[in-house]
Amino acid sequence: MKLPIYMDHQTTTPVDRDVLEAMMPYLTDQFGDPSSRSHAWGWAAEEAVDRAREQVASLIGALPEEIFFTSGATESDNLALKGMARAYQEQGRHIVSQQTEHRAILDSCRRLEQEGFAITYLPVDRDGLVDPEAVRQAITPQTILVSIMHANNEVGSIQPLAEIGKVVKARGILFHSDAVQTVGKIACQVDDLQLDLMSISAHKMYGPKGVGALYVRKTRPRRLKCTPLFDGGGHERGLRSGTLNVPGIVGLGKACEVCERVWRDEGERLTRLRERFVAGIMQGLNYTYLNGHPTQRLPNNINLSFAGVDGEALIMGMTEVACSSGSACTSTTLEPSYVLKAMGLDDALVHASIRFGLGRWTTEDEVEYTVQTVVSRVQRIREMSPQYEMMTREGNSRPG
Amino acid sequence: MRRVYLDYNATAPLLPEALEAAVPYYASVWGNASSIHHQGREARVAVEDAREQVAQLIGADNPFDIVFTSGGTEAVNLAIRGYAYGNRARGQHIITTRAEHPAALDTCRALQQCGFDLTYLPVDGLGRVDPEVLAKSIRSQTILLTLIHGNHEVGTLQPLATLVEVAHAQGVPVHVDAVQAVGRVPIDVAALGIDLLSLCGHKFGGPKGVGALYIRRSIGATMQAVVHGGHQERERRAGTEDVPSIVALGKACALMGQRLADEGNRLEVLRDRLESEAFSRIPEVRSLGKSDDRLPNTTNISFAGVKGEALVFNLDLLGIAVSTGASCSSRQGVPSQVLEAMGVPRQVSEGSVRFSLGWGTTDDNIERVLNVLPSMVERLRMLSPLP
Repeated sequence: MKLPIYMDHQTTTPVDRDVLEAMMPYLTDQFGDPSSRSHAWGWAAEEAVDRAREQVASLIGALPEEIFFTSGATESDNLALKGMARAYQEQGRHIVSQQTEHRAILDSCRRLEQEGFAITYLPVDRDGLVDPEAVRQAITPQTILVSIMHANNEVGSIQPLAEIGKVVKARGILFHSDAVQTVGKIACQVDDLQLDLMSISAHKMYGPKGVGALYVRKTRPRRLKCTPLFDGGGHERGLRSGTLNVPGIVGLGKACEVCERVWRDEGERLTRLRERFVAGIMQGLNYTYLNGHPTQRLPNNINLSFAGVDGEALIMGMTEVACSSGSACTSTTLEPSYVLKAMGLDDALVHASIRFGLGRWTTEDEVEYTVQTVVSRVQRIREMSPQYEMMTREGNSRPG
Repeated sequence: MRRVYLDYNATAPLLPEALEAAVPYYASVWGNASSIHHQGREARVAVEDAREQVAQLIGADNPFDIVFTSGGTEAVNLAIRGYAYGNRARGQHIITTRAEHPAALDTCRALQQCGFDLTYLPVDGLGRVDPEVLAKSIRSQTILLTLIHGNHEVGTLQPLATLVEVAHAQGVPVHVDAVQAVGRVPIDVAALGIDLLSLCGHKFGGPKGVGALYIRRSIGATMQAVVHGGHQERERRAGTEDVPSIVALGKACALMGQRLADEGNRLEVLRDRLESEAFSRIPEVRSLGKSDDRLPNTTNISFAGVKGEALVFNLDLLGIAVSTGASCSSRQGVPSQVLEAMGVPRQVSEGSVRFSLGWGTTDDNIERVLNVLPSMVERLRMLSPLP
């Protein structure tokens, strides 16, 4: 077994060898710009991009012309929210979202608030789920867009999107989802989920960094409007200007193709590993809690709070296992997880949390090793923790 | 068939050394540069090393003044939009030129629709801005001058030092779209006093999907982000860093920095040979924007009585890739705005073809073009319905 063990696949994943192999020709001989309409290099690049568009569309049950390539999911989220809000502001200036969205959504919402939009951030329950009924109640005649993530990046809870979608579509409102954590991992069909817009990232599904996509439903008789974030050349049918990142796009396409083939088996395997992981931890430690929904969660996500332990310190001390506290996008700021706070955890348990993300090549041995390492490390930290000692004396089984 | 690629101003092949530098970051060191564990820290180190390499190539004193983006278009958008929105309270007037790349031109038009006031400066027959005209166009409300250095269609280099001086004399900061210039000619933001500079990797041997914006420290605080959602790039550009591409861009910058003078001379010799032999072997040709102050790799040649498209397609049939203009505007039927701004008559611009050379261009490549071009032009002229 090679150390350190990578248990952080929610943050980013290695590029699948097949994906890198598919990219290689476009990083070498086939370097054309798909916008070059006048020569063979351009045409070859265009064909490659078209193929990738089909591969992405196929995975999510969309049409190729509904896929728009971006530089990543953050850009896709920005484009979906700002682009739709700015294009439809004359119909209303209200957007419904929720409190545990990724920063890309929340920060885009904040920006829109500065531009005069009103945003409703719905609460989540203890498991991190949004109540479809709350969505229904939040919608006003001014509402132009509802954006609810598919699965949370920190705790893995999968939102009841199909139900929420029903509510949203009954009111004829646009429905967007940040599906960065679910595409290629669980069933993720745009029609089943009733989505008009969906954000996709390559590097969370064994594709390369620096590329993503936005699904935009093709509507009749009029196409959806979307104000672009960038101008300059009108690439991607005017939605996203800039020379297409051909190798990246080819990588995203291939990653989708591989995922379409393996996601069911992979999901089952990872769910088994996850359950074994959690059971192992619970056997070895008391005062330890699984955050997020126990079953309605991503196959590969494990988020645990170890009462009396500082999550950050635990991670730093555990050099043989790479994991994270909350999302990497907030972890450098060392702010406590707003996701766990929104779920009602008290500060102590928020600070005591760690996320493990299993991946395509995670083995049983690695899970075993990680469990043992975590158990022994937590036990050692707790031996020196006055907080933990106090807690056990009080017999407080689940603080907060 | 030996293929010849002479469309480097559209895009260039990745330097093998740059690819080699990037490969480990796809599948071996794949961490997210924001992660605190070992994998993440290694990625962070790689990103920061690349930042230094980019800074060094353009003479930026501090690597932190470099913001990585998804490419030249995003860099230009971030520069112009980010500065315009961040400084809107001071004024809404922006000056640009009529010979810009669509990245700047379309962005300026979008700002116009949002209430900004734009001045599009004329350019002379070589595509240059007259410093006196610039001086007269500056108003108390002017917040930014944005101009292209190293025109994508004809290669024109602006008298940057003078233009920056004129703008600064009236307190106007300058953004330079140097997407075509960086890695091809020396450019020093500190020496020239440039405030914002956009560059992109894939024009000179870096990868597609990555670019950078230089932001002078003193104006950084006034910039607004275009993409929100994370602390990356010091809140100036959100999104997980594209580590392999950034590493490759850094490597390409380092290599081109070392080779800049030699490579510039080499390409200039090849380009000049292409030009002079085309001139001597083919009657009625003219070079558009030809001067000493242009990119060493670019020539735009107009063949009287021939449609540029026809020539380009016939060259493609022989495996030779060139273009009629910027590929971003190579949509059919759209005449080149750059050539129009330079006062090139329509029939001349319609007969123009852009040859752009780069690191992979050889003597043989030029030889091959010169072998086929005269007879091809002659044949097309015989078939041509044009007078």
